[in-house]
Amino acid sequence: MKKIEAIIKPFKLEEVKDALHELGIEGMTVTEVKGFGRQKGHTEIYRGSEYTVDFLPKIKIEIVVADGALEGAVSAIVKTAKTGKIGDGKVFVLPVENAIRIRTDEAGDKAV
Amino acid sequence: MFRLLAAIASLALLGAVTSTLHAEDSPAAAVAATPAPTPVAFTNAPVAAQTAYLQAALTNGDPTATNIAPTAIAGHNAWMMVSSAFVLMMTLPGLALFYGGLVRSKNILSIIAMCFGITAMVSVIWWAVGYSLVFGSNFASPFLGGTENFFFKGVTSDPNTSYAYWVSQNVFAIFQLTFAIITPALIFGATAERMKFSAIMAFVFGWMFIVYFPLAHMVWGSTGLMNGVWNATAKIPAIDFAGGTVVHMSSGWSALILCLILGKRVGHGKEPMPPHSLVLTFIGTALLWVGWYGFNAGSAVAADGVAANAFTTTTLATAVGALTWPLIEWVFRGKPSILGFCSGAVAGLVVITPACGFVNSWGAVIIGVVAGVVPYIMCTVVKNIFKYDDALDTFGIHGVGGTVGALITGVLVDPTVNANLGGAAATANGLAKAIADHTLVVAQAKAAGITIAMAVVGTLILGFLVKLVIGLRPSVEAEHQGLDITDHGEEGYNH
Repeated sequence: MKKIEAIIKPFKLEEVKDALHELGIEGMTVTEVKGFGRQKGHTEIYRGSEYTVDFLPKIKIEIVVADGALEGAVSAIVKTAKTGKIGDGKVFVLPVENAIRIRTDEAGDKAV
Repeated sequence: MFRLLAAIASLALLGAVTSTLHAEDSPAAAVAATPAPTPVAFTNAPVAAQTAYLQAALTNGDPTATNIAPTAIAGHNAWMMVSSAFVLMMTLPGLALFYGGLVRSKNILSIIAMCFGITAMVSVIWWAVGYSLVFGSNFASPFLGGTENFFFKGVTSDPNTSYAYWVSQNVFAIFQLTFAIITPALIFGATAERMKFSAIMAFVFGWMFIVYFPLAHMVWGSTGLMNGVWNATAKIPAIDFAGGTVVHMSSGWSALILCLILGKRVGHGKEPMPPHSLVLTFIGTALLWVGWYGFNAGSAVAADGVAANAFTTTTLATAVGALTWPLIEWVFRGKPSILGFCSGAVAGLVVITPACGFVNSWGAVIIGVVAGVVPYIMCTVVKNIFKYDDALDTFGIHGVGGTVGALITGVLVDPTVNANLGGAAATANGLAKAIADHTLVVAQAKAAGITIAMAVVGTLILGFLVKLVIGLRPSVEAEHQGLDITDHGEEGYNH
């Protein structure tokens, strides 16, 4: 099992979700996050005061998939979240030891 | 700077104004009324007197010659009650939202508490002594009213003919109360996010007596020092239609001094302090604009032609201000901002305030441009040079805008829009002549100087007094946490 953590542009969430859904991935956790990479922030001016806003809003998607589904899921995310412009985000893949479905006590690949 | 702008504006208007300048007989030359020998009841009066009386009532004229006692009239009284409610709406919730949106979310309630607390406290002071000290007359003084109306004694639904023949005195008193409420509330934009609630209330209590009551009497009282339109013996025959000196200069200059006494907010210039909701600020601005019709047009204290002119000029100056400020931003910074629209509109409203009943539509448009330019420079350039922490730009917009307004009113005044400028009092005290000679700006400058002196001295005394007795600022820790929790035990947003 692998966990995919993808940081994407907020407006790409719907497309990514639909693409993953088509692959049969039935669940995900989504968080509104802030951060910066090479895109950096922007400047806001209020009358005479200027502020640099470093942290931009992004969406973090977390999904856990069986090893066999990993490649398809990652490429679906990368394909749909891409705009080609700086700030598109990143995808991280981490190993997962186990997963348990609380309702049924199922464990492992059956639980994800 | 101000003189230069005034001179430019003056040149532009010269043609328009001089061509229409002529002495006009005033039908409503209403100086302090001399009681007629036993007034008769309307129904017992001769038909000719009845007709003349009704004519005067319809046009906000002087009914003294008819020997029928004035009474509150439907139209004028209705407009003044609506105006009073409008001006109250400027403070609650207008100013509370305008200022509230500009602070950080941890201090939104401290702004609302300030506005609400001042509204409640000043109302009681006004009833007890304030109204009488401003609009009473038994001191027969140019500096303060009198004691005869303490606790609203004699303030009934009948008119006080020294101020309005056709409006109930109790309505007039409440209308003036709403001005006494918003004026001190304006001050605390400069001191936002770092002044204890208790210190605010203590300061306001003293400030009303030392600054507001004397100044309001001097400008609007029937025996006031600077009441050029209505006081035949005014030493300084200046004009201020709706409160450029009394409201905006007094609060703005006090704000500057108080924010200097207080010092900067913790972290000022180091950590970002952006407005937490420009949406609230926008709603507050819109409420201020609408409410300002009561403030400016209501200051005619009648639903007459002078009110109609003030209504028109208020609209134009505000629109032009709201166009000019963001336009400057667009040109010099690349983007027109919502705060720019809001600031320009409020600046336009401030600068037109003393002028609205005395200038024509061209005057209003010129004032709108000046309002967009001068306060913009104050808030974005001058403030950054001197590095004082006028948190929400009370001084930059109200202090400077009010001062510019007081002076420019003396330049752009058009006696054809307001017959009272040629009335008996104005003729006796030299106002009419000053307007004809284009020297009114001298009296305006004197009135502005006196206002600044009173605001600065009064605030210095009170600021240090309150600092000494109860302290002005919360602890650094409390300031970090936000005044909503430390002063009021609540949070504005629980989500």
